[in-house]
Amino acid sequence: MGSPRRSRRGRGLAALAAVLTGVMVAGTACGGDDDGGAGGKITLTVDTFGEFGYEELFKQYEAQHPNIKIRSRKVSDLDTYKPQLQRWIGTGSGAGDVVAIEEGLLPTYMQQANKFVNLFDHGGAALKENFLDWKWQMGLTPDGKQLMALGTDIGPLGMCYRKDLFAKAGLPTERDEVTKLWPTWDDFLKRGQEFQGKVSGTKWLDGPQALLRVTVLQEAGKGPGYSYFDKSNNFVVDSNPAVRTAFDTVLKFQQAKLTANMQIFTPPWQTGLKRDAFATVPCPAWMLGGIEEYSGDYGKGKWDVAGIPGGAGYWGGSWLAVPKQTKHPKEAAELAKFLTSPQGQLGAFKSANTFPSSPKLYSDPAVAQASNPYFNNAPVGKIFGDAASQVKPVHLGPKNEDVRQELENVLVAVGEGKTQPGQAWTEGVDKARGVSD
Amino acid sequence: MGLDVRPAPTRRRAKAGASAPPPDRGARARLSRLDIKISPYLLISPFYLVFAVFGAFPLLFTLWMSLRDRELASGKDEFIGLRNYTELLGDSAFLNAVVNTLGMFVIATVPQLLLALLLANALNRRLRGSTLFRVGMMMPLITSTVAVAVVFTQLFDTDFGLVNWLLGLVGVDPIAWQSDRWWSWVAISVMVDWRWTGYNALIYLAAMQAIPKDLYEAAAIDGASRRRQFWQITVPMLRPTILFTAIVSTIGGLQLFTEPVLFDNGDTDGGSTGQFQTVAMYMFDSAFSNDDYGYGAAVAWMIFLLIIVFSLVNFMFIRRMGGVR
Repeated sequence: MGSPRRSRRGRGLAALAAVLTGVMVAGTACGGDDDGGAGGKITLTVDTFGEFGYEELFKQYEAQHPNIKIRSRKVSDLDTYKPQLQRWIGTGSGAGDVVAIEEGLLPTYMQQANKFVNLFDHGGAALKENFLDWKWQMGLTPDGKQLMALGTDIGPLGMCYRKDLFAKAGLPTERDEVTKLWPTWDDFLKRGQEFQGKVSGTKWLDGPQALLRVTVLQEAGKGPGYSYFDKSNNFVVDSNPAVRTAFDTVLKFQQAKLTANMQIFTPPWQTGLKRDAFATVPCPAWMLGGIEEYSGDYGKGKWDVAGIPGGAGYWGGSWLAVPKQTKHPKEAAELAKFLTSPQGQLGAFKSANTFPSSPKLYSDPAVAQASNPYFNNAPVGKIFGDAASQVKPVHLGPKNEDVRQELENVLVAVGEGKTQPGQAWTEGVDKARGVSD
Repeated sequence: MGLDVRPAPTRRRAKAGASAPPPDRGARARLSRLDIKISPYLLISPFYLVFAVFGAFPLLFTLWMSLRDRELASGKDEFIGLRNYTELLGDSAFLNAVVNTLGMFVIATVPQLLLALLLANALNRRLRGSTLFRVGMMMPLITSTVAVAVVFTQLFDTDFGLVNWLLGLVGVDPIAWQSDRWWSWVAISVMVDWRWTGYNALIYLAAMQAIPKDLYEAAAIDGASRRRQFWQITVPMLRPTILFTAIVSTIGGLQLFTEPVLFDNGDTDGGSTGQFQTVAMYMFDSAFSNDDYGYGAAVAWMIFLLIIVFSLVNFMFIRRMGGVR
């Protein structure tokens, strides 16, 4: 101590610290919980990703429940949503009152079901027949004692295609004829080569990611009923022929340069939609909402939906859960029940085409006869309803998403010319194994 | 920490001084001695308290975490000693991230500091509207990094970006900004430089204005050209400042994160083959995406070590530079 210079510096630091403390105090004051809100309203935050089609339902629910205000937090891309949710649930704070859990993430959170409200405590048992049996089962903990999550949609598959670009390439444009163009993925590949021979500047498919998802789930559904992990959650990427077949299929498209190498819902993909970067997108029912949202007026009437090559399959679908950290478990559970009820699923289907997991709706004319004006009045109810009836559930392991990302990256690298096709499989398996435990 | 004993003596002393004549000279003297000894610490304590909470605690917590195998989603949490570190040293993805980080650090920092130096030199002359120029240089700094990165990412889009379009006008083939390793480094470095060059230039400018004018006058009388004055007077006199900016750039550059993440549409894997994944991104990827928090914490400590090593390297390099004095 002692030298005047140092003590002056000490004072400066103290002043700085005082300022910092002040800022922090102010920060906490502002960060206070606004749950109490004006007029004693309860605010419920709902976390979703992609397109759930809930906006209208939220308004409806708020109108029916004047004491509830709903705050929607929507993230466009699942890969961005995933780590956020993990952090919120893991640290016990930050999560919405109702959170969407995609099927690939569900097994991870099933390991920590105690972090979520048991919906059996909120009248969940009565809801069983609202859902397809497998969809209901997947929301239960293995011992069957906790109802952790309620199903929203399922993703039966179709193939979205650009009618106008098909016409330009001299391909048929009517959806039934288009479906006949590609019974198998090999046929689909050949049509793609023909297409790219005639239309320059447009790739046949959007990218390897969507294709890999679809083919893996198709093959796993046809075969063993699991993909990257077997039913005891052992890593089986290297030994499961279903994965290999799917990977090789996608690899062929990458080698033939038939994809634009984009990833669904990312900004380049969104731009690509408006710049005719690709002519087809593998389309689980919910994808229609995404295409409509991101192509806007530009794409209206240009898109249509046909059958998917390679047999029936599904991709995705989600559940809603109520994290235990919520301050309003009762109200949140009620909201989750409303959104997953047949009525809620119907509302979501109408606005974002997320296909219901409630079989009660399949015979309902509002679904069975539904058509989508944005997609040239495609009879989406019939197309996806037929596909839904053939869906075979596929078991996913807790690290499913990490493995999927690694395999996708390798396929993108092949498309970029950064990885040799001959090495893609070995490299993919290596990287996948690296993140599998 | 024994914090509770500190406020007491000062307060009592103030009260005693105000109310009555000293009842006990010995006690008062002791108190005043205590005051001299303790009060300065008390005055500076807020900083250390803030540092303890927001600096030291997270640092030590990360260290503790790096010795564990911790997963949030599954709830796994066990002590594994140094295994995260040994695994890290043989991890090719980590080494790849280190190479990327250093590569981008070099191609971002070297031109940045040189450019800043030249800019500062230009602004150090008499100029019309010099304040305008000086303020203008700070503008990129106060723009949000996210906004900058989003705009630049669109500019550098391979298929629909402005840069490739302009290159196309002069007959250059489109550059694969995202997928090519070298070009992705260049694009990210451009973002970094756009943001930080002005900041460094302003620091150099401040230091230049502190250089005594008579040095230049003497040099001019001796017939030294402008250029010679710059290299033989300005640069050597700026050495401590250059050292400062180099260290600050090292710290910033080795933690590079926001720009490359947004360049990859918000993913932390740095492109399909990790061609522009930085160490900070790898830390995030390990902890938050792959849910391996212990491993992420170990990466965080490696970043810390890297920064220390490279700051020292820079320190020695710049001390040897411009041997005058």
